[in-house]
This record gives sequence, structure tokens and C-alpha cells, in this order.
Amino acid sequence: MSLLSYFRSPKTKTASLAKERLQIIVAHERSQRGTPDYLPQLKQDILEVIRKYVEISSDQVSVQLEQNEDDLAVLELNVTLPDEK
Amino acid sequence: MAKVIVVTSGKGGVGKTTSSAAIGTGLAVKGYKTVIVDFDIGLRNLDLIMGCERRVVYDFVNVINGESNLNQALIKDKRVEKLFILPASQTRDKDALTKEGVERVLNELKQEFDFIICDSPAGIEAGAMMALYFADEAIVTTNPEVSSVRDSDRILGILHSKSKRAEEGLDGVKEHLLLTRYNPERVEKGEMLSVEDVQDILAIDLLGVIPESPSVLSASNSGQPVILDIDSDAGKAYQDTIDRLLGEEIDYRFLQVRKKGILKRIFGG
Ligand SMILES: Nc1ncnc2c1ncn2[C@@H]1O[C@H](COP(=O)(O)OP(=O)(O)O)[C@@H](O)[C@H]1O
Ligand SMILES: [Mg+2]
Repeated sequence: MSLLSYFRSPKTKTASLAKERLQIIVAHERSQRGTPDYLPQLKQDILEVIRKYVEISSDQVSVQLEQNEDDLAVLELNVTLPDEK
Repeated sequence: MAKVIVVTSGKGGVGKTTSSAAIGTGLAVKGYKTVIVDFDIGLRNLDLIMGCERRVVYDFVNVINGESNLNQALIKDKRVEKLFILPASQTRDKDALTKEGVERVLNELKQEFDFIICDSPAGIEAGAMMALYFADEAIVTTNPEVSSVRDSDRILGILHSKSKRAEEGLDGVKEHLLLTRYNPERVEKGEMLSVEDVQDILAIDLLGVIPESPSVLSASNSGQPVILDIDSDAGKAYQDTIDRLLGEEIDYRFLQVRKKGILKRIFGG
């Protein structure tokens, strides 16, 4: 498709694209709701500590807080370490 | 029992004030004593939409601060019996609304009114939080557009966790979806989210769908709530909304593209 035909192409059905994007972002934001405000900073700090020893990127660390029962919350920390060379 | 209803959205410019004016007026027309309270401190506008801007003497913040009493600040509508407006203040002090102050004024209003409609400011700052905090019901005003739908979902989250009802473990705030500025032509062409799309995402009960309509601008130009323009599409859609709010089951009238009449089809237009 040439650039010209891109601009000329009839309006695509963007509503379905809007719906798809909304479903994803809204589901993500709902899952973050009610989690403590310190969680992102906690994740950042954990990342810094691990980086003293191995080089990892931020998507290799996941920090999740789950409220299991009324009086029990579990902080789950998952770190994917790079393969040993 | 008086009902406190907040008209809220997160996003600005979606039609909260237009809807607050229309819904408040519609309830009063039905015979319920109704007050519309402008929570948009610093950006008072409900007075203009209601056409009573030149009659504002005292405001919401004056009442909270004890500088006037409630009856001095309430403006009685000249068209509809039983309809009152409590204007917002033009102060720039963002902390003018205290929780204790707002609660005291709302409690006093509850003694006299059947419905208290709270016109929320945009955003999720103090003013918007205060407008929804004491609500029994929420009319989540949404446009069929990505940022508005996302913001509405955030507001729903706040209603679930930060309202008085949520904090006190009472039954939650009753949530209604009001879809405004709806354009059936664009929905049909696949260019705009449909009612069903928005309902799928937000998953709350639908209260009304207000079409995008030139009558809304004419109404605000002349300081008449659009629901009083009884022949307009938006006016009719708001009337249907009122009936549903009062528990009736009403068919939706403005979801389909209007078919052109035979003359229009022949002669164009
Ligand atoms: N159904 C509608 N059709 C056309 N214009 C509308 C409609 N609803 C609202 N508007 C316009 O949108 C703008 C914002 O409306 P307003 O009620 O002030 O929104 P908010 O209070 O949410 O900021 C106004 O110019 C108003 O005239
Ligand atoms: Mg407004």
C-alpha cells in the first residue's frame, strides 16, 4: 500500500479497534486497583538490588500483591534471571 | 427519603452539567422537589445553563462557611415549580469544600428535598471526590470515545472504594450509565463505539442514551435546560431517562439512524 493510498483508504472500522484497546487497558487498570501506592516504588527498589548482581530489565521482575483472605495478603515476587553463559 | 444523585464522569466536557440541568429539571417537572447543586468550585456554570446567572447572590461555599443560610443561597427556578439551584462559588480556594461542611449542607437539603442532584467537576481531585462521596446513586456520564470510557471506569473504581457507602460497608452506590453525544450514523459506519460496546466494557445498567444534537447548544445559548425543549431529540431522550430513573421501562428511541422520508429520498436533503 502506497502512502497515498493509505491516506485515501476509506475509513476503516475504528470502533472495533477502540473496543479492543479499551478492553485490554480497562482490565489491566482494574487488576491494579486497590493495590498499595508503594508497589511501583517497591518494584523499582527490588530491581536496583538485583541489578547489583545481574543485569536484568524491568519486565523480568513482577511484583504482585494478592489479598487471599481478610487477614492474609501475599506479596509475590517473580524474577526471571538470564541464562548462565 | 431524599436521594442524593451524583452526575459524574472523570473526563471533562462530556455533558455532566447539561445532564444535571436536564435531569434535575425533569424530576421537578414530575412533581419531585429537586435541588441541583453545582460542585464545580471556581468554574461555576450550572447557573448559566439554567439561565439564573444574574440571580446568584450567595453560594455553596458561603453556606458552608456560615456567611449565609441555605435559603438565602438557593435560587428558585422561575419556570418549574419545586426546582432549586445551589450555585458553586467562584473562589479559587480548592479546599473550600470540607467534608463536614458538605455533609452538613446535604443533610439540611435532605430535610426539604426529594432529590439532590450533584453536578460534579471533572477530574478525580477534591471537588469530584466530594461530589460523589455522599451519593446514593451515580449517573456515570460517558461519551462513546476511548478516553471518556476509560475515565468512567476509573470513576466506578472510586465509587467502589472511596464513597461513604463503600467506606461504611453499606449497600454500594447504585450506578447508572448515561451515554451522551451519541451519533447513530457514525456507529452504523463503524466509526464510533456503540451502546453495546460501552456497556460490555463498563458493565453497569444503562439509564439513557442522549444523541448528539444541535438542540443542546441552542438550549445553553438561551439558558433553558434542554429537557424543556420537548420536541427536540435530546429533550425527549432526557425525558425517557427520567422515566427510567423513576423505575419505568422505556424503549430506546434514538439508537437507530433515522430513515429518510420518501420526499427527502427523492429530492435529497
Ligand atoms: N447531547 C449533546 N449534543 C451536543 N452537544 C452536547 C451534548 N451534550 C453536551 N454537549 C456540549 O458539550 C459541551 C460540554 O458539556 P457540559 O455539560 O458542560 O459538560 P461537562 O459538565 O461534563 O464538562 C457543551 O458545549 C455542551 O453544549
Ligand atoms: Mg460541568
